[in-house]
Amino acid sequence: MSDEVEHGSDGAWSPKVVAFVCNWCTYTGADLAGTSRLQMAPNVRVIRLTCSSRVNPLFIIKAFERGADGVVVSGCHTGDCHYSTGNYYARRRFAILHDLLEFMGVETNRVTFSWVSASEGNKWQEVVNETTARIKELGPFRTLQGQKGVEL
Amino acid sequence: MKELQDLARKLLDEGTVKVVIGYEEGARGVRPAFITDAKQAGKLIFDKRCVQNLAAYLNPRRKQVAQLGTPAVVVKGCDARAVAGLIREKQIERDKVVIIAVRCGGVLENSETDSELTSETVSVRCGGCDVREPKLHDYLLGELPPAPPVNNRRVEQIAALEKLSTAERWNFWTEQLSRCIRCHACREACPMCFCVQCTAEKTQPQWIDPSATPRANRAWQTMRVLHQAGRCVDCLECERACPEHIPLGLLARYVADSVERRFDYKACEDPAVAAPMGAYKTDDDEEFIR
Repeated sequence: MSDEVEHGSDGAWSPKVVAFVCNWCTYTGADLAGTSRLQMAPNVRVIRLTCSSRVNPLFIIKAFERGADGVVVSGCHTGDCHYSTGNYYARRRFAILHDLLEFMGVETNRVTFSWVSASEGNKWQEVVNETTARIKELGPFRTLQGQKGVEL
Repeated sequence: MKELQDLARKLLDEGTVKVVIGYEEGARGVRPAFITDAKQAGKLIFDKRCVQNLAAYLNPRRKQVAQLGTPAVVVKGCDARAVAGLIREKQIERDKVVIIAVRCGGVLENSETDSELTSETVSVRCGGCDVREPKLHDYLLGELPPAPPVNNRRVEQIAALEKLSTAERWNFWTEQLSRCIRCHACREACPMCFCVQCTAEKTQPQWIDPSATPRANRAWQTMRVLHQAGRCVDCLECERACPEHIPLGLLARYVADSVERRFDYKACEDPAVAAPMGAYKTDDDEEFIR
């Protein structure tokens, strides 16, 4: 991802959002949203993983380091995991990450955790639009990127 | 401390253990001692200056210590939690280590001095510690001491940080972490950091930038603390080892509090209790999930 701030068609800043989604529920849900022609903010880049528990918290840190303004992590609803229990473990990990990011001074609104099932195309649309709107309000996440040049 | 010296002598003479890991008098206060000869057992001491967590030397990553043979280790309450953690995570076997527990009434923050234990001089790790007698032991030595002086420094600092705005907290950590020189002393001192290859040293792919830039430092500490979630024993050796005096204990304690609040787990001396991040409950909190 380039270090440049991305601009929308009107020249205004437009956020970059990276979404880590599970193959079995949210990716299919996002696909449904697409085939249903639901209107969504074009800011979200979807990365398909096998399960929400595949999401290492380092993915999220790396996304921010490389210039993302926001991150979405989404998987199957609890109890619906394709691998039975993956999202239960993921939920514990995200809970701690959520708390730690807040304590270290990252706005919690930049990271959206959600459960979107394969039939919830509408919910995916809402998640995408709401996340993008919230991050537009927060502004670019330049702080982590901007620190790059501050060599000691 | 004759009791400790006699026991060490006996264990070494019998051949039950090949090395006793304890404390001895050094040029700058107390230092870790590795006694392999029963004649040297007289060097062993234990007092309020014995701040180091010796469980770190049981860590299988420390090959030089492992080479010495079956160890006996002198532990305080906080160190016993680390030994339990290593047993829980199958890094050492319970019957291949002799645990000599000492009753502890708190240790000094600065082990080079020999001042009275007061709420100013006592180590932050002793704040809130209620373990006078480690439960995980083969031998239990010493007199039952009074509880250490109350000190709430850590709790107060966390509360003060939580009151700040997100941007102010960001600036606080940026400033603190900008001092990090990436010496990884925090990792080396940690009894629970035992990976053969640390993620910070992986290059394919490179997760953590190895340079000491504020950005990379933040990623490194975030990762380190996340890997300690539910495993940290709150001995605060990371903070003590830090040559730049970065308050790493604040991060460790905050995550430990968060684990306790959410998953009702506190670092304990029972190796049979499952680690929280390797377990789940179907009704775990999910107020943060949309």
